[in-house]
Amino acid sequence: MRGPLWGGYLRIVCGYCADVPDRAAKKGIEMGITLIAFYVFALTAVASALLVVLSRNPVHSVLWLILTFFSASAMFVLMGAEYLAMLLAIVYVGAVAVLFLFVVMMLDVDFAELKSGMQNYMLIGLLIGAVLLSELSLLYGHWVVASEAGSLLQSPTPALADAHNTVALGQIIYTDYIYLFQISGMILLVAMIGAIVLTLRHRGDVKRQNIVEQMHRDPSETMAVVNVKSGQGL
Amino acid sequence: MGFFDTTLGMFLIILAQCLMVLGFVMISLLVLVYGDRKVWGAVQMRRGPNVVGPWGILQTIADALKYVVKEVVVPAGADRTVFFLAPLASFILAVVAWAVIPFDETWILSDLNVAVLFVFAVSSLEVYGVIMGGWASNSKYPFLGALRSAAQMISYEVSIGFIIVGIIITTGSLSFVDIVLAQDGDWGFFSWYWLPHFPMVFLFFISALAETNRPPFDLPEAESELVAGYQVEYSSTPFLLFMAGEYIAIWLMCALTTLLFFGGWLSPVPGLPDGAIWFVAKMGFFFFLFAMVKAITPRYRYDQLMRLGWKVFLPMSLLWVVVVSFFAQYGAFGGTYARWVTGG
Repeated sequence: MRGPLWGGYLRIVCGYCADVPDRAAKKGIEMGITLIAFYVFALTAVASALLVVLSRNPVHSVLWLILTFFSASAMFVLMGAEYLAMLLAIVYVGAVAVLFLFVVMMLDVDFAELKSGMQNYMLIGLLIGAVLLSELSLLYGHWVVASEAGSLLQSPTPALADAHNTVALGQIIYTDYIYLFQISGMILLVAMIGAIVLTLRHRGDVKRQNIVEQMHRDPSETMAVVNVKSGQGL
Repeated sequence: MGFFDTTLGMFLIILAQCLMVLGFVMISLLVLVYGDRKVWGAVQMRRGPNVVGPWGILQTIADALKYVVKEVVVPAGADRTVFFLAPLASFILAVVAWAVIPFDETWILSDLNVAVLFVFAVSSLEVYGVIMGGWASNSKYPFLGALRSAAQMISYEVSIGFIIVGIIITTGSLSFVDIVLAQDGDWGFFSWYWLPHFPMVFLFFISALAETNRPPFDLPEAESELVAGYQVEYSSTPFLLFMAGEYIAIWLMCALTTLLFFGGWLSPVPGLPDGAIWFVAKMGFFFFLFAMVKAITPRYRYDQLMRLGWKVFLPMSLLWVVVVSFFAQYGAFGGTYARWVTGG
């Protein structure tokens, strides 16, 4: 009854489609298709990330950014982390990028001026980029996971056969890492309240609707029946 | 080894399944638009569409043909790519979500274990069709409509999310099949989630109205203020796509209400057999409610809409998540709120 996981779904479809009885060969084809999918999504991610920077219209930039998020989400699916993939789509594409788009659309930017400014900063920008790139490549070139790092894990990851990764993630977050999880929640709460406090201002000169007051109004205190003689005002 | 075990056979089966779901959505779309108009007609003591075909049932097809053969008008200064991308996004996203909707226990394209999140993600992306359409039209009314819509859809998504969290806590799974199976009990109609999650049924339905821009929350296309909101500059097939996307999203919300609160394909009377027919019948009933709400309610004001979303629905649904968590943890009401423990 239980359907396959997403990454598994792809693999099963590919496996059937490949129609290879030999197990090892089947595995090879699965790996091949996953690899192709990975390169397609990775290429899309990098290309659209480049277009975020290069496109002249800021709204187009945000739309490319959304495509970048999507590709990243697809790569999570390929890794078998479909819960994270969905969260990435919901949080970043469904909420954060909407707000970006919201703000950028309302900006009145002179694109020509922006472009002429870019020429002046091009050299220094490239320099910083080159330094960053070389630093990163130096770092990753010598990246070694310490042998004792494995023992620092508070709880071992359950095998995918035993639990879906949503369940596994929940178990780890709500047991061993509950304090860290709660602290990050508190930080988000503080950030939210801070943002509200910074932007909230009460204006005295606008009329506001007080619904409770309105509902509790009595006809006797707001209306009066007056006999008006015809031809005369009040 | 039969034909359907071969590469081509498997491919054909998957393709046929996709087409069946798409066909169901498209045919129900024809019925929905017609039914919607008939219901409004009846409420307003009119006859509704009654000219094309017997009882006017072919009216929707005639309208669709009319849209398709008309001229596509692109406003001067519009961003052409985004202008045409918007209705496409709106339509495709509305259809994509149906991939994970189960019509029966095994009648499902893909039983994802994160199906609820998938539908939630897709329906939160539908706002892009509206925003892109409003912006790319390069005109004031569509832009205002798009901004309103973006704020509205984001606001009500939050409370829909929390309501779904309550259901997930009770079920212990993110799969629609599991959610429906957890509602299968000895009392039929009364074992479904609408009873333990009673107040949330109303909140979900109202939030669904707001999420799909249906009256009384159709502010993005308020005719009296914004002409037609983000759709002003659209004509012909792009407009048809927007409208079809909107109706498919509404139909999806009917399906979600059925799956989350009213037992999907389960039969309301314990003795009767379960089946997809129940699922479609329940969806039809909720669509009737959608149509009735449109016929009998006046439009909300924008600040009232925002107040309702953030100051009433959000606290209520958030509180409900906490309450359900406590009920589930301490096995209140004989484990009604923790069906992952009792086994449904």
